Parts: sequence; C-alpha cells; structure tokens
Amino acid sequence: MSILTTRRGFLAGGSGLMLALTLPLGQGRAQMTVAGPFAPNAFVRIGTDDLVTVMIKHLEMGQGPYTGLATLVAEELDADWAQLRAEGAPADDTLYANLAFGAQGTGGSTAIANSFMQMRKAGAAARAMLVAAAAEEWGVPASEIAVTAGIVSHAASGRSSGFGALSAAAARQPVPEDPPVKAAADFVLIGTDRPKLDSRAKADGSAQFTMDVYREGMLTVVVAHPPRFGAALVRVDDRAALAVKGVEMVRTIPSGVAVYATNTHAALKGRDALVMDWDDSKAETRSSAQMFEAYAEAAAQGGETVEEEGELSAIDGAARVLSAEYRFPYLAHAPMEPLDAVIETRDGTAELWFGSQFPSFDRPTVATTLGLAPADVRINVLMAGGSFGRRAQGSAHLAAEVAEVAKAAGRDGAFKLVWTREDDVRGGYYRPMTVHRLRAGLDADGSIVAWENVVANQSIMSGTPMEAMLKGGPDNSSFDGSTGLPYRLGAKRIGWARMDSPVSVLWWRSVGHTHTAYAVETFLDEVLEAAGKDPVQGRLDLLPPEAVRERAVITEAARMADWQGPRRNGKGYGIAYAKSFGTYVAEVVEVEDRGGVPRVTRVWCAVDCGIAVNPNVIRAQMEGGVGYALSAALHSRITLAPGGTVEQSNFHDYPMLRIGEMPAVEVSIIRSQADPTGVGEPGVPPLAPAMANAWRALNGQRQYQLPFGGAVS
Amino acid sequence: MTRFRVNGRDHDLDLDPDTPLLWVLRDELRLTGTKFGCGIAQCGACTVMVDGMPRRSCVTPLGTLGDSEVTTIEGMDGPEIRAVQAAWTAIDVPQCGWCQSGQVMSATALLQQIPRPSDDDITNAMAGNICRCATYVRIRQAIHDAARTLEG
Repeated sequence: MSILTTRRGFLAGGSGLMLALTLPLGQGRAQMTVAGPFAPNAFVRIGTDDLVTVMIKHLEMGQGPYTGLATLVAEELDADWAQLRAEGAPADDTLYANLAFGAQGTGGSTAIANSFMQMRKAGAAARAMLVAAAAEEWGVPASEIAVTAGIVSHAASGRSSGFGALSAAAARQPVPEDPPVKAAADFVLIGTDRPKLDSRAKADGSAQFTMDVYREGMLTVVVAHPPRFGAALVRVDDRAALAVKGVEMVRTIPSGVAVYATNTHAALKGRDALVMDWDDSKAETRSSAQMFEAYAEAAAQGGETVEEEGELSAIDGAARVLSAEYRFPYLAHAPMEPLDAVIETRDGTAELWFGSQFPSFDRPTVATTLGLAPADVRINVLMAGGSFGRRAQGSAHLAAEVAEVAKAAGRDGAFKLVWTREDDVRGGYYRPMTVHRLRAGLDADGSIVAWENVVANQSIMSGTPMEAMLKGGPDNSSFDGSTGLPYRLGAKRIGWARMDSPVSVLWWRSVGHTHTAYAVETFLDEVLEAAGKDPVQGRLDLLPPEAVRERAVITEAARMADWQGPRRNGKGYGIAYAKSFGTYVAEVVEVEDRGGVPRVTRVWCAVDCGIAVNPNVIRAQMEGGVGYALSAALHSRITLAPGGTVEQSNFHDYPMLRIGEMPAVEVSIIRSQADPTGVGEPGVPPLAPAMANAWRALNGQRQYQLPFGGAVS
Repeated sequence: MTRFRVNGRDHDLDLDPDTPLLWVLRDELRLTGTKFGCGIAQCGACTVMVDGMPRRSCVTPLGTLGDSEVTTIEGMDGPEIRAVQAAWTAIDVPQCGWCQSGQVMSATALLQQIPRPSDDDITNAMAGNICRCATYVRIRQAIHDAARTLEG
C-alpha cells in the first residue's frame, strides 16, 4: 500500500493528533493497575521479574514488527535484549494508530517508519522514570545514574538495580512529556543483528495463531461462498448437511451459507452436503481471456492521463519506436494460514481473536453488524500465518463475516470461522489482472526521447470504504511504479484505464509494483539493448545527478554480482531496480536454461531502507521477497474459465515455489542515516524483471506475460 | 469408539473413522502445533510422525491408524529435533511461522535417516513442505548447521 499521505487522517476523529511525541497515558495507566507491572505508557510494561513487554501495534505476520518495534523501545530503555518480550496490542485507535495512516493498521511497509520515534520515545520515557525512581531511592542526583543493558547504576555509591526492583517506584514518577532520545551514533541495538523474539515459539509449535484458539462450547463454522463472483443465493437445501453428525445448524448470511459444527471435519462434511442454487445475473461470467481482450482494447485507447511531462508527440519524430504489451493474471496471496477468526458474544459484548490487519476497520464493522457500541467490541490481535496483503481489508470482509456468523446463530456463544485453502484460492481479493502498453522513442543516437505507459486494471480502493480517500482522483495503487520513475525518459505520458468487474481485488505484497516494475524494467532493458547499451551502465546513464540512492543500489548490486554484462559462461544475468514504499532496491539475477525452463540460481540484492534497525530482519525480508516474487513469476496465475468460475483451487493447481527452486540470495544493506523505511514489500518488485532480462539475454526469448512457461488462458 | 496412541498416551475417541488425523489432533486433543495448510497433502504444514516416519495428517484418516504410534511436534524428543530447533532459532528461520512445525518435523526425519545430508538430500526431503515466506535459504542452512551439531 502506497498511500501514505492520502490515508492520513482518514477516520474522522481518528488519532491524527496523536503525533509521535505524544504518549497516550490514560488507558496505559489503567492496564498497569490490572496487570501490576510498571506501565509508563501504552507500549511498555516492566514486570517485577525484569521482563520488558512491548505492546506491538502492528500485526506480526512474518515481517518482523515484534522484533523491530521492541528493538526501538529497548534501545532507548537501555534494556538487555534478553529481557524483551512482545505482545500484540488490541484494537484501539486512540492508543495504537499507525501514524502514517491516522488509524490502526499495518501495511505499505510502514511499521518501522511510523513507529521509529514513537517507540523510542516510549522507551526513553520508561528509562527516565526508572532513573528518577533510582535517584529518589538512593538519594543521588538523577544525572549521575547510568543505565546499561538492563542495569540501573550509580558509580559513586556503587548502587545498582535491575528494572524489576525499581518498577513499583518508577510507576509513581511523573511521565516525562518529551524525553530526549539518543543520537544515532550512540545506538547500541539499532543497526546490529539480534535474534527475533518469536523464532523459538515458531520452531517448537507453541506459537499461538487464530486457528489455535479454542473457547468453551465453541462451534467451528465454514461458509459456502458463491461459485462466481457477484452471484447471489437463490435457495439452499440444508437437510443433508444437518444430518451430518456434529453439524448443529445452517444459516444464510450475506456472504453465503454458514455451517456450524462441533468440529472442523463435521463442518466441512456438512458444507459438502449443501445443495444451493445461485443467481448469476450480476456475476462475472467472462473468462480471463475475454477480460484480457477488453483490457488490451482499453489500454490501446490510452486511458486517463495520470502523469505527463513534455509533449508525447516527440515520439512521432523519433528515429525508432519500440512498443510492447504485457499481460499479468490475477494472483491469490495464499498465506499459509488461511483466513480465520474467532468471536465470542456474551451479554451485549463481543470479543474476537484474529490476525486483524486493519483493526480500525474491523472493530466498527463488528460493532455495526452486531448492533453494539465499538467500546463493547474487543479485538485481540494475534499473530498471522502470513498475509502478504490478504488480511489488509478495506472492506473488513473477514470481520464482517465472523460477526454475521455470530449474529445469525441467534444466541450468545463462541464461533471459529475457518476458510479452507479452496476458499482462499477461489475467494477473490486478488492482485488485479493487468495489461500494460508501452512505447518508447529513440533518437538516432539511441537516446530515449519519449516514453508512454498505459495501464489497464481494476481499482483496489474504488467500491470499498476507502474510496473516499481517493477524493475523486485515480487510484494510485493500480499503477504505482509506472509513475514517478527516476530515469530521464524524455517526453512522458502515463495513462490508466480503469476496468470494472465483480471480481474482488486487493493489494498483494508490493501492490502496483508487482506488475509495473516488471513492465517498466523489462521494456527499459529492451530499449537499452536496442540502443546498444549495457543494462547497468545504461540505467546509470539515465539517472540524474541527484539520484544518489538509486545509483548506489544499482552500483552495489552490480558490484556484488561481479557484473560483466548480461551473458557469461552460458548463464544469463539481468538487473532491475525499483523504489517502493520509500525503499530503494536493485537485484541482479543469474539464470540458467534448463531444457527451455528458466532456473534462477543466484540473486544479489542491494537495499537502501535508511537506518537499518535490524539487519537480520531486513535480510530475511529481502530473501523472502525474492522467493515470493519468484514463486509468482514461475507458477502463479488465477484464471476464470468461460462462465466465470475460478480454474484453480489448491496448491496442486496453484503451485508455490518449493525449496529446490529457491536461489542463493546475497543481500547488501546500504549504510544510511536517513529515517528508516519499510522492508516487507520492496524486495519483491525487481526480481521478476531482473529474471526476465537475464532470460532474454541468455536465449533471446522475451516474456511479455507472467507467469513464465505458459500462456495466460 | 476409536483407540489410538499420540505422544505416548492412549486416547479413546467417539469419532467417525474417516476424520482426518489433523482435526483429531487439533479439535479433540488441542495439539495445535500441527497446522492446517491445504487439506490435500500438498504443503506439509500438518506433518506428524507415524511410527517414526513423516506423514501428512490431513489425509490420514483416524480409522487407518490401528496400533500406530503418532508423534506430534509437542511430543518430539531426541538429539535430532533438539539440534533442528536450536539451529532454527539461532539463525531465525521462521517468518510468519505457520509452516514451521511441519518444516521442523520433515527436517528432523531427514536427519534421523541421513545424519549428514547433501544439498540434494535436503531438496528431496523438504520438497513437500511449502513456505510462503520463502524461508528456504535459512531452512537449508539450519539443516546443515543441525547436522554439524549432531556430528559433535
């Protein structure tokens, strides 16, 4: 999600006023009286056992905020890393808003960026209060007290203490309004590798996810969704379903037919036994092939102009014009933990447990559905087994569905909603299918004099509660990355043709960049080749002098790969660059031809994300981003058959990258003192275009559609 | 009533014999370390040991177990899994973590069979376990690290 500025303050009365320096105190203090430990603010709790628990306001879905945000607190608290713990913060706009959005939510690779000063201030405040408590107890000036690795000490008197022994006294100290934070040169933890806080529990099976929640008397619920997007239920015969042992009830809810059972197996058997009729009059009945033709036609007509520079008519006078059309299919995110949520209603309240990525949307949605005040809805935010954008729902459809399940039950109780893999793969909310049309004009010297890129796809935000944020303008997330290029490309026009379909779409790890980086960076490579230029030097030559960070990652990736041009020893080498979510990434890919099939053997990745809070996590996200992108480039497509049904259903026909296909990945992090930017998504965009460039260099084959190795039907 | 043995304990359960072992472990015994990922033996998130061999619990009906001994990640012990889990933690293999129980089970089974696996051995043994976070680089490294630990 790339909409930092437009999202700011999108909830009326949201926490736009809760700027980085403000430490919300009221409820933080309230928690303290309940939990006992020293809780100087809503983010930090220190127990008498010396453990420091950081309440993490961002969803932990593998990208590392438990570790990253805890690092920021620990740094300013001068804690020992071993005493840190992390816990998901519950839904609460006033305490836990994403300062980039003005609402509680995780996305757009913003977790570290928006928390950077807020978490440090939270740690600094706690430290100041521990020091004040020690000064009072020991009768020494606070200015003479040092804190190092979890020990508060006074050199002259020889006194020292852990945090726990001081926690009760610290809780009585005034909370500093604006505690000072360290200069970057004084960082002890920031910038160094540290073990992640959740690795052990995830290696021994004890980590608790939504599906692991079991409540007293809980029923498991699966929902039969329409077989076509936009279809409506006409009638359901539930007699056979109700005859299944363990099935307790069947209810029609807005999203389909819900089957409630005492265990998962019974719920699934019950759902299989449903007989349903659907009305397809408003459904998408086109095939992907038909939709692509419509998209290509729309792209050819140019779309609305979303970025323009100079006069594109310069292309008419060009010595040579290149053009290409690219096609990208729908993609399902397929996180390993399918969607799930647990709700328990009792006496006019609702409590939920799930990986809520946008609590600011989910909580009011549950409240409205159940006719409750938002204050009577508690959402416990659990770790999610992946998301990649899937749980970042502007529509709050998962929260709505589980609330509808509870409402339709007609009684208080606990209900666990479980989606199967088939529900997930066929369930929509896909990366939008997209067509790109590109043209470039070269002069007689091979310089680029004109560049046009028209994108045709659905809008992610239109038709959802987030549409208001567009303020009538185009949806940047549909074409982000085709605009804002750093290269000097002469006259330029970027167009967008908005397509409509009942197929639901959503951001998919790196959003628009998933296709724009591919189209731009492979087409640019062809243009450079036509001009007789080297892919690396050619890119550097197109960058203006001020593009220092762009230049640095391209140069570094090339250096790591010992770049000697696009072919060497029977292997192809390709480079691609993309800036997404404020982070600069260049990747060089080495490809071998294994009987006509591309095999990516090595990837060199250079990343500039500002201050590197935890290099270990950054490397992990680049490695994972490479694998996630490669999986899609090699294998992934969701297609609609004629009539509109999804042709894929599970991992046998929507295959994923497996270990034997994973390349070696080397990551270099550019040293920087700039404010940190995100790393969850930016590793993804350069991989597929770098791979395609290497493949073309190796055997001349041009890949104008993804995935490799097959036409999109 | 079906009797079967999990992690050294006998259980008598009144369930359909066609109930997949996965859901018995999770819904009935609350052994939630074993994860649901696909339901059709494609992803390996539900891997358990049946008589010491890795098995996909999502396609293993309760009624087929007979006298077999089922071991879940909660019940695993021995030098191999300890080495695997230590290696997994030392280099921070997990990202989201959902698939990792299954990865750890498959890696443990591999080291029980082949104490010093080659890269090809690892590729073959781990091919059935999908990780959407693509932690494969570190999975491979951690298995090599664990093997070295076991060698002493």
